[in-house]
Amino acid sequence: MDIYVLLKKTFDTEEKINISNGQIEDDGAEFIINPYDEYAVEEAINQRDEHGGEVTVVTIGDEDSEKQLRTALAMGADKAVLINTEDDLEDGDQFTTAKILEAFFADKEADLILAGNVAIDEASGQVGPRLAEALDMAYVTTITDLKINGETVTMEKDVEGDVEIVETALPVLVTCQQGLNEPRYPSLPGIMKAKKKPLEELEIDDLDLDEDDVAAKTKTVDIFLPPEKEAGKMLEGDPQQQVQELVSLLKTEAKVL
Amino acid sequence: MSGKILVIGEVKDGALRNVSFEAIAAAKKINPDGEIVGLICGNGELTPLGEEMVQYGADRVVTVAHENLQNYTSEGYGQAVMAVIAEQAPDAIVMGHTAIGKDLTPKLASKLNTGLISDAVDIEVDGDQVQFVRPIYSGKAFEKKIITDGLTFFTIRPNNIASLEKDTSRTGDVGEKTVDVADIRTIIKDVVRKASEGVDLSEANVIVAGGRGVKSAEGFKPLYELAEVLGGAVGASRGACDAEYCDYSLQIGQTGKVVTPDLYIAVGISGAIQHLAGMSNSKVIVAINKDPEATIFHVADYGIVGDLFEIVPLLIEEIKKLK
Repeated sequence: MDIYVLLKKTFDTEEKINISNGQIEDDGAEFIINPYDEYAVEEAINQRDEHGGEVTVVTIGDEDSEKQLRTALAMGADKAVLINTEDDLEDGDQFTTAKILEAFFADKEADLILAGNVAIDEASGQVGPRLAEALDMAYVTTITDLKINGETVTMEKDVEGDVEIVETALPVLVTCQQGLNEPRYPSLPGIMKAKKKPLEELEIDDLDLDEDDVAAKTKTVDIFLPPEKEAGKMLEGDPQQQVQELVSLLKTEAKVL
Repeated sequence: MSGKILVIGEVKDGALRNVSFEAIAAAKKINPDGEIVGLICGNGELTPLGEEMVQYGADRVVTVAHENLQNYTSEGYGQAVMAVIAEQAPDAIVMGHTAIGKDLTPKLASKLNTGLISDAVDIEVDGDQVQFVRPIYSGKAFEKKIITDGLTFFTIRPNNIASLEKDTSRTGDVGEKTVDVADIRTIIKDVVRKASEGVDLSEANVIVAGGRGVKSAEGFKPLYELAEVLGGAVGASRGACDAEYCDYSLQIGQTGKVVTPDLYIAVGISGAIQHLAGMSNSKVIVAINKDPEATIFHVADYGIVGDLFEIVPLLIEEIKKLK
């Protein structure tokens, strides 16, 4: 089976966000594999181990994205592809990303493509479904279970807490939701092996694309932090008094009761 | 802008979701002088729902009923909605940022070769320019986005843009369009209901969330009771889910759901940065925790330091007195 994982580099979830010159400051920030994409990598490895084949992780990014690809290789992926847009694109959006991936997959015969259901930075959740549509492939988002039996694929899909049992056939693109699996940590032998695994680097020119083909359709014009919260009110007295005061404040001051 | 805007409504358990009415209000905001066309897909009788969309501000509504639209699938709904888009040629499209909205709109955007601004929590109109405000980094920051090319296509987060007042005297045409919905590759075999009873977390006005401090699945019971008297939903921190006190479907945070209720009551939650990312934009936050140093108190509007097993039952009694 030819299995592909779409991977994105994101800020570590512990990072505080600072803004300078209208941009999110990323100097010195720790970067990780988008947590939802980790589920995708883990699932890809498990499916390969069960059904055979090869796992390729693909990312669009800059030179530094190699680190997250090496981590995925250390987890157990077989090959990695970095589509480096650093020199070619200043701004992009989900349209851009999907167009680039569409071109990348044009000559591939993927049986299974896995992605995170959302990236924790821009949080659009668009790229997976956009790509599936462009490739005319069936897709199922927010899956929490995946079983492949021959050509038949049975999934559990999280729908705002309810679970749908969905059936389709290969090829399929899925986006992964928390609960699908428990991503492994790369082992030391895994890290050593990862250094020797193939990591191909492409630019959009290699995909017969130029800047205009992938020009963004949306633009960010401002980035700002939420207003600082003023210190809240700590209630005092015995539990009964505190609760009475709380209910009174929620009713009269906050007006939410 | 002025022109035609298509509002894709969403039906759940036979009724329109509130976010569909909020989407009409969002459409009015960017398109006060234009025409607002509602769209409802499903099977069975959809006309009364269409009439309800009109009462909430749509000028007219197109319904598409087909047996293959009984359950949502991206391919089934994709075919129905694309047929209506082709016929109506809207200048803008809006839908709720719900499980269905998140699944369907990127497919439509890809088909239409257009941009899509998802998860808008506010809309600012400045002359001809429409700016969409949306959270990034799980609400640790916000961005303002504009469409630079093509159709204005966006989804709105439930519970952030107020719907218009329902006006039962409003009338408008509700007409059915026939679309042949076929060749669907994904089949819904079964739907298992597990979600928080009654009230959906993403649309709840009140959320009572528990953390590790709740100590057990049993310990969540008073939280459910409190949520019930408040007409709200129960949520949880990752810690509580990891400890198996509750289902992951309740998790609020950076991984998990991001919520913005009017009232968020954090019970036994310490306030890890990942949890705060999921709830800190709630309008009013109450924290109940026995540790006075807990980080949650930094974002809380009102804090009670105390034993939750003592405080929560007292709170239930006190709120019952109001009813």
